[in-house]
Amino acid sequence: METLVAGLKKNAIREIDEDPADKVVGWTSFEKPYQPDFEGNSLSIGTHWIFSLRIDKKKIPLKVVQKMCAQETFRKLTESGREFLSRNEKKLLRENVISTLSLRIPATPNIYDLIWNYEDACVLFLSNLKEANEELETLFAKSFKLTLIRLFPFTMADLNVGLTDADRDVLSTLTPTRFNE
Amino acid sequence: MIDVSVSYNRYKFLGEEFLTWLWFVIEKDHTLLNELDPDGVQVAIGNRIVLENRHKDTVESITIKGDDAGLEEGVISLRKGAVVTEMNLSYKSGDHQWVFNLKGESLSFSGLKPPETAPIDRKEDIEGAVLEKIFLFDRVFSFVDKVFANFINLRVSNAWLEREVPRMRVWIAT
Repeated sequence: METLVAGLKKNAIREIDEDPADKVVGWTSFEKPYQPDFEGNSLSIGTHWIFSLRIDKKKIPLKVVQKMCAQETFRKLTESGREFLSRNEKKLLRENVISTLSLRIPATPNIYDLIWNYEDACVLFLSNLKEANEELETLFAKSFKLTLIRLFPFTMADLNVGLTDADRDVLSTLTPTRFNE
Repeated sequence: MIDVSVSYNRYKFLGEEFLTWLWFVIEKDHTLLNELDPDGVQVAIGNRIVLENRHKDTVESITIKGDDAGLEEGVISLRKGAVVTEMNLSYKSGDHQWVFNLKGESLSFSGLKPPETAPIDRKEDIEGAVLEKIFLFDRVFSFVDKVFANFINLRVSNAWLEREVPRMRVWIAT
């Protein structure tokens, strides 16, 4: 339990509303997803640990970026009396615009609950989103030094069904069946 | 074990064959499901089924939707060589009903609606409510795991091609 809490605290979600970062991933508590708190009894229910993965992202509308870039380009050209900006200057200008906007736009939080049955060594993650599942695998390994094995038809058949070694060999050589004659 | 992304793609047909076989079992061999879950279980196709027929370079997709939709077009697709890629299922046990979608390639659940539970009025009720939800989730996950295990044991045996596939072909043809 101490290892779990330490891993959660070390990789807890941090707020990026006043930070130029556009995305952050971290753990949060199930009961208080906006004020992560891993102390107390809320983390452990029966033989399960329950907490959540939170992914905060800033979505800056493309048209706002385009407008700010155009305004900033006009200001620079007027100040310098030049007619064009170099490719490098345009790139730098766009990066500065995005960075400035990132400080003004709040991040949108997305919360995905996780139920870890520690007796069965089984994690139930309540999202099918590819990005959320990939972030989960990465953060889980980083936090707890454990590798999650995703269950899908092949891994379920190979690991969960209790096939003999001979049957597992057959499994690996299977090819699709044609049901129409 | 082979790389995860390789095995996901190479063997995704296993999940699609499972859903196709499950449709056959629901229609023609429901006693098998009762043997696997003796607690008076009833399983039925819900309001959506998706089939795909893959040719060399093209994929033909057929979706049947609606609460009382007939599945005849689905059977016709099977005759043409399609397999089930997604399915909405209803699982009933006693007075309780679970409704969910299963996707063939990942066997992931979506839109899972477990039986209704009592509303939470007090903070002290949260723990009990969470445990009840976990129990209800586990119930349907265990059922699908059992049916899938049965399918895989059959799939790696000689009985698959010698007995089960001929029975499925008869069902599809008639």
